Amino acid sequence: MLATAIIVFREVLEAALIVGIVMAASRGALRRGVWVGGGIAAGVLGAVGVAAGAGTIAAMAQGMGQELFDAAILFAAVLMLGWHNVWMARHGRDLASNATQLGHDVRSGAQPLWALAFAVGLAVLREGSETVLFLYGIALAGQGGAVAMAIGGAAGLALGVAAGVAIYWGLVSIPMRQLFTVTSWLVLLLAAGLASQGAAFLMQADLLPPLGSNVWDTSFLLSDQSLPGKILHTLIGYTAQPAGIQVVFYLATLVVIGVLMRTLGPGAPHRRPTPNTGNAVPGE
Amino acid sequence: MMLAMQRFFLAALLLAAAAVPGFAADPQVTVSIKDHQFVPADIPVPAGVKVELIVKNEQAVNAEFESTTLHREKIVQAGSQISIFVGPLSPGAYEFFDDFNQATRGRLVVK
Repeated sequence: MLATAIIVFREVLEAALIVGIVMAASRGALRRGVWVGGGIAAGVLGAVGVAAGAGTIAAMAQGMGQELFDAAILFAAVLMLGWHNVWMARHGRDLASNATQLGHDVRSGAQPLWALAFAVGLAVLREGSETVLFLYGIALAGQGGAVAMAIGGAAGLALGVAAGVAIYWGLVSIPMRQLFTVTSWLVLLLAAGLASQGAAFLMQADLLPPLGSNVWDTSFLLSDQSLPGKILHTLIGYTAQPAGIQVVFYLATLVVIGVLMRTLGPGAPHRRPTPNTGNAVPGE
Repeated sequence: MMLAMQRFFLAALLLAAAAVPGFAADPQVTVSIKDHQFVPADIPVPAGVKVELIVKNEQAVNAEFESTTLHREKIVQAGSQISIFVGPLSPGAYEFFDDFNQATRGRLVVK
């Protein structure tokens, strides 16, 4: 029961932290609960589907289907988070200035929440499908009893969700003016970490060279398997023994999204004396 | 001259073999997961070549083969098998485990 709780907790943790950050990053946006909730629900449904089809997925691409599928999900999530950040760089100032009517208009629907909802759905899908495969295997084998498994699973889920709620409350205690700066940084690091994970799967599928199998080893300081290591792994992409290609993807993601935020963002204020007038928002 | 040519073709062949996953020249090693144990727990592997590691899950529960040093992570469903390509590796021991039951551990011993 305890083992079940721990494993479910570890799987849920990553998705829950992402949901917590996304909820903070969309603070004040209208119907964000519906969007994010919808993303979670779609992710759970998708996770069950993926778990059911795991054998088929694994057999695809000469046995490398799992790797390609995981990489595709991770890179799709990177795109969504990057898109959110670039949008926020353009409009974040209006969002934060909640005193103005204009700011209110922006908050009440212009923010492309679909990108965040998509990212949440993908995170839940990935971690959820592993959880389902783990629990379903135990249930099928009839080990430890169904009741113990259900209790353990529920406890693990509750703990994971609690971690997500905790990071959300921590973030929303930041004043609105600074909140979106903090969440933009968090989303940026999150995206870079996911890109590094995606690169690892492509390397595993032999589509990318390792460029040095272990660039450094800080496992004696902080193991990936420890709880703080696992949390940092999700939040900033910490890896105790990264391959070179992971470092390359991490840095490239930081640079690409960062440059897009700067070049497409507001930049000098005089460029847009009347903020957010007629800026076409793709996806509307 | 003949020897140089032969060496060249051999080298080219080896390079091609190393570049294509699943090419017949990649040595295969098999490890089974039974009763939450890797059998064998220590797998001898030659250094400096790509190796195909076949992981068979002979349990009724699903497993996830994972190694942080090898950067590998792959689900092995109950009663099925997967292949994972590793290497070329330098000599040493590389630990791996079942992420769904972390007491289940084994090592690639590269010589």
